[in-house]
Amino acid sequence: MARKEYSFYPGCSSERRASASNYMVSVESMCQKLDIKLNEIPDWNCCGASIGYAQGGELPRHVMNARNLAISEQVNKGQDVVATCAACWLGAKETKDRLAHDQGLLAEANEALREAGMNLVYKGEQEVRHMVEVLIEDLGYDELRKPVVKPLEGMKIAGYVGCQTNRPFGIAGESFENPKYLDHLIEIVGAEPVEKYDQKVTCCGGALAFSEPEKSQAQIKKIVESAYDYGAEMIVTPCPVCQMNVEIYQGQINKRYGTKFNMPVTYYSQLMTVAYGGSAKEAGLNGQIVRAPRLEEIAAKGR
Amino acid sequence: MGDLNTSMIEKYRNDFLKEVEANVEEGQWVKMCMQCGVCSGSCPLGPSWEHPPQEIFMMIRAGRRDEVLKSESMWMCTSCYNCIVRCPRELPITHIMHGLANYAHRLGLAPKMNPTRRFAKIFWDNIAKSGRVNELELSMRLYFMDGFKSGVQKGLEMKDIGIGMLKTGRLNPFGLFAHKGCKDIKGIHKMLKKAYEIEDRKKGFVA
Repeated sequence: MARKEYSFYPGCSSERRASASNYMVSVESMCQKLDIKLNEIPDWNCCGASIGYAQGGELPRHVMNARNLAISEQVNKGQDVVATCAACWLGAKETKDRLAHDQGLLAEANEALREAGMNLVYKGEQEVRHMVEVLIEDLGYDELRKPVVKPLEGMKIAGYVGCQTNRPFGIAGESFENPKYLDHLIEIVGAEPVEKYDQKVTCCGGALAFSEPEKSQAQIKKIVESAYDYGAEMIVTPCPVCQMNVEIYQGQINKRYGTKFNMPVTYYSQLMTVAYGGSAKEAGLNGQIVRAPRLEEIAAKGR
Repeated sequence: MGDLNTSMIEKYRNDFLKEVEANVEEGQWVKMCMQCGVCSGSCPLGPSWEHPPQEIFMMIRAGRRDEVLKSESMWMCTSCYNCIVRCPRELPITHIMHGLANYAHRLGLAPKMNPTRRFAKIFWDNIAKSGRVNELELSMRLYFMDGFKSGVQKGLEMKDIGIGMLKTGRLNPFGLFAHKGCKDIKGIHKMLKKAYEIEDRKKGFVA
């Protein structure tokens, strides 16, 4: 039996051939090394993301999340729900929170849920947690350090936490303005974190990268520029929206601002997979648009 | 939908605060704002708001209904939650802004061409259709929302990114035909229909 077991909510971007499929590949490898078992919630649906508000309104949005949580309660009994995506985690946790404090809304959500299959009733029995929360709280930094066989020595990495893994819920014991957990994770895998990375919790624009590209790219420029200023050779993040926005628009930002950005943006799980001895493929490094050559080198060493 | 707007004006007369409290998500918090302005100063797109959140709160209390609901302001929210965690009165500002935008959209008063309003609608329709995001269809619909010609142009601007995503296995080239979605999509459709019914009934959106 695995050391830890969770009810897993992967979310849309983690699907095969979706924008965070590389995240998913590395999460699977990381969890295997850490002996964590993820039981996928069957037939899970989209959380509605934040941007769903305009058309989705209040109850339809909560009902989408309540369906996932109700299936989880029914199928993965007694397990905490774990999401890898910041938006999925936030959406699901927000619904749990709101329905716990509003009995009327809870009754309405269950009235709507009855229309779906599987005889679902949402009770609010399970905790909704983010993968980094589980790593830090259930395993702890010491346990996370143990499997490191290839420390990422000499690498300086900017830990970009972003918004939704940090606010409004965040990781217990961390501050909203300067959370330190990502820096600790960077240290654990043997790299050097950028202690004073001043754009650590700056918003990348989120969904507005699509609808207001100029405004979002101004944000992204600050995030990448600051990483360069502090001598980082890579940015690492726990959020699929942050990862995508900060990585893929660098070319357009270069055109717009005359910059020469070419900064790899990876997930914490990719660093951990490589440090735990995984291959570049197991770490999903072939999924980087801006390749991470140093990480690939370390992954290839001794193979 | 114009009729819904008229009926809300008649129902609440000049009491816009009361209307917001009754119909907008978390609207009951609006009166708690003490006008410190931390929200406006904390917003990443702050300078792009015609009326930043603090101002919106005061305008609601001042009954400036049209100016608030027709504003582009709330559509600048990136859902970063900075305002929520910094508000000394702990107002759920992000949710109130989402709620206002949603209400304005529901009444048909929201700016028609606002890109975020349009994208948000495309996004929700996308997920409601199959239960899960279809990323290729989502981006195609976004590019082509102003017609074929501008769609091709936007597609060309985004070409390098699209090719990059395809090459790295992060975009499904067959997404338009081979997107699976949820098995119980019929159930999800019925569930969402019911949820809309309940919400509309509760807020008096139906006669």
